[in-house]
Amino acid sequence: MSARRYDVVVVGSGAGGGTVAQALATLVREGVRVLVLEQGPRFSAAEFTGREREMAGALYHDSGGFLTADGTMTLAFAHAYGGSTLVYTGTSLPAPERVIRRWAVPGLDHGDLARRCARYLGENNAHLLSPAELNDNNRLFAAGARAAGYVAEQFPVNVRGCKGSSLCNLGCPNDAKQGTNRVQLPAAERSGVEVVTRAEVLRIEADRSLTVRVSEAAPGAKGHPSEWVPGVHQVIARMVIVAAGAIGSPALLLRSSLPLPRALGRGFTCHPALILVAAHPRPITNDVGHPKSYFVDRAADERFVLETCMYFPFTTAKAITGFGDSHAALMRDFTNLQMILLLACDRAVADNRVAVDAAGRPVVHYRFTEETIGGLVAGTRASARIFFGAGAERVLAPFADPPVLDRSASGDIDSRITRRGWLPGTITVSAAHLMGGCAMGRDASDSVTDAWGVVHGLPWLRVADASLFPDGLEINPYVTIMALADRVAEGARRDLAALAD
Amino acid sequence: MARLARARSVFRAIAVTVVPAAAALDDGAWRDLEAIVEDEIAKRPARVQRQILALLRAIDFLPLARYGRRFSALDRARRTRFLHALEHAPVLLLRRGFWGIRTLVLMGYYARPAAATAIGYRADARGWEARR
Ligand SMILES: Cc1cc2nc3c(=O)[nH]c(=O)nc-3n(C[C@H](O)[C@H](O)[C@H](O)COP(=O)(O)OP(=O)(O)OC[C@H]3O[C@@H](n4cnc5c(N)ncnc54)[C@H](O)[C@@H]3O)c2cc1C
Ligand code: SF4
Repeated sequence: MSARRYDVVVVGSGAGGGTVAQALATLVREGVRVLVLEQGPRFSAAEFTGREREMAGALYHDSGGFLTADGTMTLAFAHAYGGSTLVYTGTSLPAPERVIRRWAVPGLDHGDLARRCARYLGENNAHLLSPAELNDNNRLFAAGARAAGYVAEQFPVNVRGCKGSSLCNLGCPNDAKQGTNRVQLPAAERSGVEVVTRAEVLRIEADRSLTVRVSEAAPGAKGHPSEWVPGVHQVIARMVIVAAGAIGSPALLLRSSLPLPRALGRGFTCHPALILVAAHPRPITNDVGHPKSYFVDRAADERFVLETCMYFPFTTAKAITGFGDSHAALMRDFTNLQMILLLACDRAVADNRVAVDAAGRPVVHYRFTEETIGGLVAGTRASARIFFGAGAERVLAPFADPPVLDRSASGDIDSRITRRGWLPGTITVSAAHLMGGCAMGRDASDSVTDAWGVVHGLPWLRVADASLFPDGLEINPYVTIMALADRVAEGARRDLAALAD
Repeated sequence: MARLARARSVFRAIAVTVVPAAAALDDGAWRDLEAIVEDEIAKRPARVQRQILALLRAIDFLPLARYGRRFSALDRARRTRFLHALEHAPVLLLRRGFWGIRTLVLMGYYARPAAATAIGYRADARGWEARR
């Protein structure tokens, strides 16, 4: 099998990989060959039907049902041209100074990240929606937060021509969300960067060769065919930039026989989340309008963030604790439901980690620390206050027994929602902000890469995605990932000439 | 329908306990629900498929010891009590097992377009335009 040669190979095309692809495009004009290998397919907006099961199957790893090793949490991430930016909601916040300072990565300065974040916020058209574009679900959150004494802030969202279909997490049918599939990757391709989809990198060898499996599209499946012939291909690179996501990057590196730091895979965080719902006495607009416009940030004091959200029937049913009549009653009230996404701000611990099984597939070991559980309990209480403050009659509170509180319990929130109600396996916990596993840091004794994403001891190998985070970010991460990836690309441009063929 | 067919009566008994409205489904709707569940089970590795069937059978037979009847022959109140005990079992493996079966039932029921319409879910690619 003859190998294809490139100067730079980027693995993955999500928030990180898409950013790197565009930021390296200037090199193409100088004759540098840049290739992006992406495991998932390219999709057209016309393929996004909004049908929950169909789209989850097409876009998400394990149809969105990927479980942690002990089966107590579901992790959501996509495989596609554009990675998880295809399914994200597009809330766009810059890296928080407090967190970047706490990370204490030598050589990583908040001011530098902030400048890069600002650039990508502009490039992606992040802006506040006008009041006329907000639905009741969002307005009630802001009103309820005010009534309960919380500060609700409005999220900038990165849309152009949003019609308010509320289907962001199933792929935008209107091409409105400005993910890397819409902005950075097309720009990179126009400049001559080659992007090959349905191309999964199986291993990276010490001689800088990559084994790539290109898959055929299953008959009738969504997505375009690959640009390359299906089969196994060898690719040789001068520099490899791994941007396969916080699960994909550690898993790929663990499968590869490379001399890698012991911290690889460790320190995985994910903002474990609960979808909470409450029934109002009358129908509200919830399944129309952009789903996410407000948040309450209690990360620094209470380890949680609350966001507006809107989910689809099965996802909602799965999130509602219990079964039988009380569950059915909330589902029957779907048109009256207000929803809040509660994110716990978990901190990196070494044992929460990405590993691989004998077949090289990712396995995520995750244990909820007391602090994380505390964030979930405190956030459930705050959500109940906001729901009641907004006028809801019945509130889902997974830590209470029974798990639905009616208005008469609004004065007993602290005594009804307690730590005692936490029993893993009974409450649906999911996470979509996957972070860490190839942490930046000082040297190989405490981390995997330096502050420019260069893997310690292997100058030709770099990481450029959410796996770089040495600890949780405590806010929605995609803009910070783009800013970090932009730094990695800058370092790559600087160092490429010095790397021998 | 090969896999689920081997445990159909207990699966349906669980389904109507988890989603009471499922009791009113006609044959066609049950076929749709079970096709979704069957398809979902088929995506799992063979080992997990065997575990799901074993758990369904265990749910059917375990109540024999306590109530002298199989799960599928219990009345609604006893079925609910039994599943509630499983949901809160001291052993994580059992809780997880029930959570998994519950998830399959909810998917089979609520991922059907008819169920989405019945609860009033109307999201549309045209967004606000579709409501004017
Ligand atoms: C439902 C959902 C909603 C979200 N909403 C928001 C939001 O509103 N705001 C926000 O800031 N963040 C949000 N996020 C998080 C955000 O999308 C991610 O943090 C971000 O996309 C991660 O970027 P990444 O580059 O690390 O990984 P990804 O974007 O996941 O990209 C990784 C890519 O690598 C590919 N890949 C993996 N392994 C290989 C391999 N071996 N070979 C080739 N390719 C490979 C994958 O197929 C994937 O396309 C959301 C996430 C989800 C799932
Ligand atoms: S709400 Fe807007 S951004 Fe989200 S899917 Fe609909 S049109 Fe796209």
